[in-house]
Amino acid sequence: MKFAEVAGTVVATKKDAKMEGIPFLLLRDLTVGNQPAGGYVVASDPLGADRGEVVLYSTGSSARQTAITKDRPNDAVILAVVDTWEVEGRVIYRKDEDDR
Amino acid sequence: MKLGRVIGTVVSTKKLEAFAGEKFLIVQPLSENLEPDGEPLVANDTQQAGPGQLVTYIGGREATIPLGEPFNPSDAAITGIVDEVATE
Repeated sequence: MKFAEVAGTVVATKKDAKMEGIPFLLLRDLTVGNQPAGGYVVASDPLGADRGEVVLYSTGSSARQTAITKDRPNDAVILAVVDTWEVEGRVIYRKDEDDR
Repeated sequence: MKLGRVIGTVVSTKKLEAFAGEKFLIVQPLSENLEPDGEPLVANDTQQAGPGQLVTYIGGREATIPLGEPFNPSDAAITGIVDEVATE
């Protein structure tokens, strides 16, 4: 799984019929040091994540293993909203202190 | 599988039901010489691994297998805690 910040929403009216009803979010990848990693992904969102929140997402065929993405042409899905994380005993991110 | 070292922990209360009660750890991938090799990633952990420990982890769809709930979207999972790596 990777860390990413919810940067926005993506709306597509004309799309594969199997993608009907799935909310898409634009995610910006983060390093484990909470810096922009330079990449982005459009991910399905089964959790209702909000803009600015940091999430964990997975990719590949694993991403079809949720209620909203099962049997869909989907390769990225949000699976958790992050509260905090630490590396080497140092707090890197704390949601309630995030000022982005 | 690959070798990695646990370098951190992640706390999340809002997550998919399949991950209820499961831990997410930050893993630094290692080379065969146990040197850092590539970008750290987040893996779920059913082995109660702790910070600093050397582990084996798996990626891709196979990472969905260790969890109790088989219908989960994991793409990285810790599969064991390594006691020893011996090479010639």
